[in-house]
Amino acid sequence: MTDSQSNYDVIVVGAGHNGLICASYLARAGRKVLVVEVNSAPGGAAATREFSKGFSVSACAHWLYQLNPKVLKNLALESHGLEFVARDLDTIALAKDGNHIVLSSDSIEGESLTDSDKLAYQRFNQQMLKFSKLLASAFERRAPKLLDRNFTDLATLAKLGFGMKMLGREDMRDFIRLVLINIYDVMEENFDNELLKAAISIDGVLGSHMGPRSPNTVFGYLYRRLGDVYGYKGPAVIKGGMGALGEAIAASAQSSGVELRTDAAVAKINLDVNKVTGVTLVGGEVIDADLVVSNADPKTTFEKLIGFRNIETGVARRVSNIRSRGNAAKLHLALKRLPDFTGLSDAQKGQRLIIAPTMNYIELAFNAAKYGEYSEQPALDISIASLHDDSLVPAGSQVLSAIVQYAPHDLKQGWEVAKEPFKNLVIDCIAQYAPGIKELIVSSELLTPQDLASEFHMTGGHWHHGELSVDQVMMMRPFPGASQYGTSVEGLYLCGAGAHPGGGVMGLAGRNAATEIIKRGDAA
Amino acid sequence: MHGVQRMDVTKKYDAIVIGAGHNGLTNAAYLAKAGLEVLVLEKNSYIGGATVSRELHKDWKYSNCSYVCSLLRPEITRDLELPRHGLQVVPYGGSVTFCQNGDYFGDYPDHERQYREIARHSLRDANAYERYSADVMKQTRLIRPFLMRTPPDPTSLRPRDIKEMLVLGKAFAEMGEEGLADTLRFWTMSIGEYLDEYFETDVLKAHLAGSGIIGTALGVYSPGTAYVLLHHYMGDVDGTVGAWGFARGGMGAVADVLAASFQSFGGEIKNDAEVGKILVKNGKARGVALANGDEYYADTVVSNLDPKRTFLKIMDEKDLPEDIVRKARNFKIRGSSGKLNIALDGLPTFTGIPKNSPLLHTDMHILDSMERMEKAYDDWKAETWSKDPYVDMLIPTQIDPTMAPPGKHMMTVFVQYAPPRIDGAEWTDADRDRFGKNVIDQIAKYSPDFKDLILHCEVRTPREIEDEVGLTEGNIFMGELTFDQLLFNRPFPGYAQYRGPVKGMYMCGSGTHPGGGVMAAPGANAAREILLDLKLRNTVPAGYADD
Amino acid sequence: MRPHDETMLLQTPFHARIAKACELNQWDEWKGYTTPHAYTEVEQEYFAIRNSSGVFDLTPMMKYRITGPDAEAFLNRLLTRDIRKVKVGRVAYAVWCDDGGQVMDDGTVFHLGRNDYRLCAYSRMMDWMQWSAMGFDVTIVDETAAVAALAIQGPTSCAILKAMGFEGIESLKPFGIRTFAFDGVILMVSRTGFTGDLGYELWIEPDKAESLWDKLFAAGKNFGIKPIGGAALELARIEAGFLQAGTDFVPAEETVRMGRSRSPFELGLGWLVSFDKPIFNGRRALLEEKKNGSRYRFVYLDVEGNKPAEHSFILKGNKVVGTVTSAAWCPTAKSNIAFAQVEARYGKPGEKLIAEVYYQRELQWSRVLAKCTVIESTVFNPPRRRQTPAADY
Repeated sequence: MTDSQSNYDVIVVGAGHNGLICASYLARAGRKVLVVEVNSAPGGAAATREFSKGFSVSACAHWLYQLNPKVLKNLALESHGLEFVARDLDTIALAKDGNHIVLSSDSIEGESLTDSDKLAYQRFNQQMLKFSKLLASAFERRAPKLLDRNFTDLATLAKLGFGMKMLGREDMRDFIRLVLINIYDVMEENFDNELLKAAISIDGVLGSHMGPRSPNTVFGYLYRRLGDVYGYKGPAVIKGGMGALGEAIAASAQSSGVELRTDAAVAKINLDVNKVTGVTLVGGEVIDADLVVSNADPKTTFEKLIGFRNIETGVARRVSNIRSRGNAAKLHLALKRLPDFTGLSDAQKGQRLIIAPTMNYIELAFNAAKYGEYSEQPALDISIASLHDDSLVPAGSQVLSAIVQYAPHDLKQGWEVAKEPFKNLVIDCIAQYAPGIKELIVSSELLTPQDLASEFHMTGGHWHHGELSVDQVMMMRPFPGASQYGTSVEGLYLCGAGAHPGGGVMGLAGRNAATEIIKRGDAA
Repeated sequence: MHGVQRMDVTKKYDAIVIGAGHNGLTNAAYLAKAGLEVLVLEKNSYIGGATVSRELHKDWKYSNCSYVCSLLRPEITRDLELPRHGLQVVPYGGSVTFCQNGDYFGDYPDHERQYREIARHSLRDANAYERYSADVMKQTRLIRPFLMRTPPDPTSLRPRDIKEMLVLGKAFAEMGEEGLADTLRFWTMSIGEYLDEYFETDVLKAHLAGSGIIGTALGVYSPGTAYVLLHHYMGDVDGTVGAWGFARGGMGAVADVLAASFQSFGGEIKNDAEVGKILVKNGKARGVALANGDEYYADTVVSNLDPKRTFLKIMDEKDLPEDIVRKARNFKIRGSSGKLNIALDGLPTFTGIPKNSPLLHTDMHILDSMERMEKAYDDWKAETWSKDPYVDMLIPTQIDPTMAPPGKHMMTVFVQYAPPRIDGAEWTDADRDRFGKNVIDQIAKYSPDFKDLILHCEVRTPREIEDEVGLTEGNIFMGELTFDQLLFNRPFPGYAQYRGPVKGMYMCGSGTHPGGGVMAAPGANAAREILLDLKLRNTVPAGYADD
Repeated sequence: MRPHDETMLLQTPFHARIAKACELNQWDEWKGYTTPHAYTEVEQEYFAIRNSSGVFDLTPMMKYRITGPDAEAFLNRLLTRDIRKVKVGRVAYAVWCDDGGQVMDDGTVFHLGRNDYRLCAYSRMMDWMQWSAMGFDVTIVDETAAVAALAIQGPTSCAILKAMGFEGIESLKPFGIRTFAFDGVILMVSRTGFTGDLGYELWIEPDKAESLWDKLFAAGKNFGIKPIGGAALELARIEAGFLQAGTDFVPAEETVRMGRSRSPFELGLGWLVSFDKPIFNGRRALLEEKKNGSRYRFVYLDVEGNKPAEHSFILKGNKVVGTVTSAAWCPTAKSNIAFAQVEARYGKPGEKLIAEVYYQRELQWSRVLAKCTVIESTVFNPPRRRQTPAADY
């Protein structure tokens, strides 16, 4: 074992976007920061993957729709190589007969829609944006403790309380009611069109172990709509795939003085009784630091890197009770050329395409996941990024990426046997809307939640490092007793999606964690 | 004589209560006790609503809706002198779940046998059960003091609301920071996930999870169902929190004594008097019109009906603000349960359990795994009854000698799930019969001689429950018990203090705080608010403090 | 019904003998077992402990066997004391806490061999121990029913064991363990007990329980041996100053009201907390408590007069500052002892407090405001308890 010569103030474990963002803010505050990353490229789940010769694709998340604008600005990401090739895309809910519905940020279009649905959508949309705004005000700060309060937490609570009051009495009451119920009922309350209801409700369940009828899914929907608060009028596409975002954040971090070591797997976080002393890399190298910030999910952090035996039983129990059952698979298709979709113009094919004809379709797809089976008729969120960025593919070719739900991480029959049939099933599903697509496939791959888990080191393959349900947010995230980034271990902080406010490429967990560490100063 | 009759019809009462359910009767009793002249109007020829015992088979009494008693507030029982009027609640303990493999899980009423029985499946779970019980008791203790209080309006700045919010806040604060987080988790989690945090044994989880879904259109893995479990734990029999009992003579005995108490204060009950409309004039309630056209007048009109029925059926949309109509439409009151009431020629035997087992005196459940429980709910979502239904059976005649001839038995069978509509259409008699047969077949799988003992069977689907009792969609709690419809959200945000949108009009049913079950707290709480508005002496007792 | 559910309470392997000897037929329940409250007369049984020897069936006590490569590390994280210092063949008293530093239970740890321990406890602990075992390579087995145990306590106990043929037993030190061949099996003897007197605990497989009972009583015939019930033991343990879980504190996970649990410091067991070892459950909270002070203090009170101060309020002037958890008139020490929980700022050794004692004579209740003094140590602590080699009487 060799001791590293450099003396770091902080070691960040994992160069996911939150880890890098946290590192950047800390470096800007004068800390000497080292980021260690097990993979060869920074970015974590913001990754681009060449899955077939010449064909690259965003390996996990494929849309950018809620990166916090303060982060974008503070880190000057656009001057570090981040380039939007498409912004404010529409969401198109596909119908087999071509009678699609187009959802823009504030209106909906489609032949099957009635005027009353269109009107209702505007009302609904405005109300949801108000609610998302309220959430946003709580998300840029650490989650307040409710009893052991101090000024910071009181200010957050006051802000939340004031925000609630500003909603007006009726909206405030609606907020209290809606935030815990299911998106299914809210859709039924507001709309008639089945396809529309499905298209909206899918945003309440993407990435989760929930169906539209599961209570808490309105919260999931509001969470997704945070992007609108941040000025995204729909999803955006990044040049070079999401990996380019990782690169840009890494470049920004490095320009602030952050040292980044890739291909460096942390074997364990070192402790002196209950105080962090640094990390040991696989291979035995020991790097010292008084602060370690983990971008890894809480289970990985405490179970693997710290070790349950090195924390108290109650904390270990809290950690092992975190629910993080990933259900989203990724399908990647390398295509000879742009496929035909019934009723879609070429320009429309570059928008966000949804396959989910009814809410019951999604719910039925979810039923399977409850019992450890994959959906026979999955719901899909499709992106053909190559329409906006031809650098991803050989000339004239296209690449299609789809988020597929539901594909449970712990599949009863085992993914070794199920992967191929499931992939074919998903392709068949797309082919119902894009006849002829099968003939265009040059190569294909399906990443199951198990693949995502091992590729991106996320327990359960869960995007959010832990279910985004109401019992696991705010002061319950990642678990009671660790909700303000600091943990029971002195000098250990969490900055990943498992921490408040949660996942998605938003960057707030990393930013808030840095703010907390800087605020605590020497006490951190 | 003619003149007398006319006078009767036009007579003005101080208050009219619509519906002689247990809450209506409780409410009426407290109003009458305060000196008001009160009329209770009941559409059926019998009283009690869903708190009823009926002789549908000669010499058998069926508690054909609610069937056991725990939640009935002891403050009310004592204050209205219900024991003097004849109420006896006999506690019973324990429960059992029959397993598909011929085994069973016996939740014995005595602690040590229960411990050993859980330990037979998992020693760890047997130990964890203590922690589970303590944790659920913490939540129970938090909610119990609020059963006999009016929920505050969190959007209001009136001194009373602020004071009540502080009481609520103080109770929550006493949980401590992590305890508070645990409370928020408990209120928002599914019963399945909550139990997953304690136990590894599937049958134990399935056994306990039943309380999280009874009467609820949610599955064991739907968030919010952990609270529903609490609703079954927060009652008590003689101070034993969480205990359940039989009302001697069936649940109708509860309604009978409430009526007797009400009548002892001079109250009047009219049966076969279905209310068609609440009469409103100049924004004030002034009485009711029956379906047959008769009118009765009072400046205070209290509805014991569920919120949907109250605002969408017996009130005129033009008399109501727009928001309440919308809220009533969105109110979740989905039917999810059915009921079989069966006269038996003798005591049935159950596979694996000896005839003398104490477990036969208890709640007997069918469904031994969480997956089967959840799949039963999938059927409900698909608008059909559960093919493999969850069943909670009791044979109260083993304890209560008044309900069937000696040696004969009455079995009450609660069934989850049964949807309010079948494939989008109304239930038909044929549907009902097939539903009933499916349940009987289910029970017969665990009781070989059961079918041969059946003398008579009444099958009730949500349709029958709605038609006879008047519960919209057949929802037994008059509205689902999810957080969006609890406390200050029950029945609707802004209307949780028993007052309707029209002056002089009130709600007192289980659709109001603290919700369903034979608790009588909504009726009593509503009476307190009415008397406050009328500036009369409060006759409603305060809740007992838990120590 | 199957064996596990045909009776409400189980019987220990000694039951046939106990039932025969239990002339009073007075029984208690102890962790699912029928256990004798008293055999003949509580006072006689108590004096057997102090004057000759009393035998108590402690089979129902929860017994967990902890083995595996990480057994020591596991226990060291579980318990507050440094278990590494307890050598093989030794027994140690210990408490364990939840994360909040609140006592979950107390018990004794038997170090039987390298990474082989037995933990004896009042509460059922399997759930907590399994959660605690995450990350450790240990096996935990509940061996409560697999090990029958008798305590023989009193000044003649060593002589009785010698008479049974256990050679060299007199040289066994307090908290020591030794094994002997007995009736074809191994009998484990530990010099431990709950009476504060010279005494031993005998551990054997259930099949040999009756044989052990018979031979023990045969050997003790001339040494005043007597079976004792729970009531006599209760008196002896109060006199000796031992805490009883469930009586003097509520195991932390069983409390449903905030603030009803207690830390080791608040129970006077701070000496069992070692901060010079790797992390253990409750460490953070106990460090905090050490820094910021405790809420309560556990005190022994010497109460004026002879009325036991059971369930009394403890006053300072007119102010209630605490309550009594256990109290008894101690027949050997001739002293009126109470254990009390008082607010931390009261109860320093020597401090005078008042116990509000209620007692009844022929249906007339009387109230006494008894002066009491906080005493530093227990009133019964005879040299024979520690003396090695042990004396014969």
